[in-house]
Amino acid sequence: MDMGKDLVAASATPLVLAILAEGDSYGYAIIKRVAELSGGHLQWTDGMLYPVLHRLERQGLVAAKWSASESGRRRKYYRITRDGRAQLAAQRQQWQVVDGTLRGLWMQACPA
Amino acid sequence: MTALVDQPLEEQIAQWREYLRRRQAFHGSDIEELEGHLRDQLTALTESGLTGEEAFLVAVKRMGSLDALSREFAREHSDRLWKQLVIGPGPAEGSASSGRTEMLVALSLAVAAALAIKVPELFGLRPDGGAEMFYFRNGSLFVFPLLAVYFIWKRGSGVKSALRLAPAFAAAALFANVFPFRTNGDTQTLTVLHLPIALWLVIGVAYMGSRWFSSGRRMDFVRFSGELAIYYALIALGGIVLIGFTAMMFKSIGVNPERLIGGWMVPCGIVGAVIIGSWLVEAKQSVIENMAPVLTRLFTPLFTVLLLVFLGTMAWTRSPIDVKREVLIGFDLLLVLVVGLVLYAASARDPQAPPDLFDRLQLLLVASALVVDGVALAAIAARISEFGFTPNRVAALGENLILLVNLAWTAWLYARFVRRRGSFATLERWQIAYLPVYAVWAALVVIVFPPVFGYR
Repeated sequence: MDMGKDLVAASATPLVLAILAEGDSYGYAIIKRVAELSGGHLQWTDGMLYPVLHRLERQGLVAAKWSASESGRRRKYYRITRDGRAQLAAQRQQWQVVDGTLRGLWMQACPA
Repeated sequence: MTALVDQPLEEQIAQWREYLRRRQAFHGSDIEELEGHLRDQLTALTESGLTGEEAFLVAVKRMGSLDALSREFAREHSDRLWKQLVIGPGPAEGSASSGRTEMLVALSLAVAAALAIKVPELFGLRPDGGAEMFYFRNGSLFVFPLLAVYFIWKRGSGVKSALRLAPAFAAAALFANVFPFRTNGDTQTLTVLHLPIALWLVIGVAYMGSRWFSSGRRMDFVRFSGELAIYYALIALGGIVLIGFTAMMFKSIGVNPERLIGGWMVPCGIVGAVIIGSWLVEAKQSVIENMAPVLTRLFTPLFTVLLLVFLGTMAWTRSPIDVKREVLIGFDLLLVLVVGLVLYAASARDPQAPPDLFDRLQLLLVASALVVDGVALAAIAARISEFGFTPNRVAALGENLILLVNLAWTAWLYARFVRRRGSFATLERWQIAYLPVYAVWAALVVIVFPPVFGYR
């Protein structure tokens, strides 16, 4: 299934924030987690995650820190901030409204 | 994850890193982050059975095309766009033919400016024959409109925005010429000094195109102004050498080169170099773009030391400031310089970086400048209460107050930032928001001062 570009872009912020709410993480692990959770349906171009992360960092929704990874290379770890959690809660409500509305429509159309 | 010992693979990674490095949207730490990602991906792929080369192809493909990626990075870090300005039209912008067109446009505009400055002579206004002040008052009007045309062309802002800027230039021409200035009067000198400052804001509007209200573009304009000043100084140095040789060579064959130098080379060079310098800043940003920040880093400590030593000496000898005209201007210029150091340090700084030693040094610089200026201001005020208002004193006092307000608030924001109570972005926004104030005051001096002070 090919997801529309706009939908992928719109879902990036809540996805990243929700994954970071589970615990601190870094770019590669976040992408792996998204692929895992979506059963491979949500495929991001890997590089595109980083501008998103940097934007969230600038907006103060996540904080970043360089520290050593298990391989010895430096790695940039991201952590959700308090503002980030508030933003996540707000986004969650919005997505639930969208989800609920669509669900209602589709249940009527084809009561499976 | 184990280190990849595959030699050809390491070479491929190095090559990929080099490609990234050439794109100016990526900074060193971004490249490191992306490379870390690539290596994680490579490890996972080789563990699942791919050879090094296969894994590299897949990993790079998943990373996305470099064009798209650098566009995304540039959009997020729009401050870096200053270096590339390619976000809109894409790769065509950098092609050789568009570069040549731009060069032709810049050269023609420079020639037009050089010819424009010679036109008044056809009407008998000779620069060496009593009309010097006409040229001083109107100098900027011969070149700034053409510079505005260059930016309108470059940004593709169209005729509409040109028409919006035209009234500003027309008003400037009016106020520079309608007033019956007294010969050698102070208000005339003030007009000469302030008109270009007011008009520079108009250039700013042209530079920023339709996005003149966005603070990111304003910072770009600040950068542009600083780099232009540096380029202009370099061109002027070259021009002086050229003139020196002209004089030497023509004199050696018994021909007096004075008319060639004074009548053509100097005036045409002065106006033409503004356009050429602007074009060079725009076209060759990467060559020199770090000059202003480097100079800032170099001179911030030196000026801090100077101010502290000066304050110490004054406290020790208890000698008051002798307020003369040059002193008034001198202390204004000192504040301008300090504001400039703060601005250019800010323009080159990563707003997210935590405060470091240099920030503390800047705070010290701003604080000591405030103290020095407080002393000078007291002296000026005493002078005014004793001898009354003159246009020079009022202009100097007004500028001093404007700069003082800026620096005082800057010091407050800087102190908050250094103590981690505020963000650097607030400080940057304050500096940017304050910029129009200078131009408005300059316009006020040009428009209001001459009639108020009786054109003396």
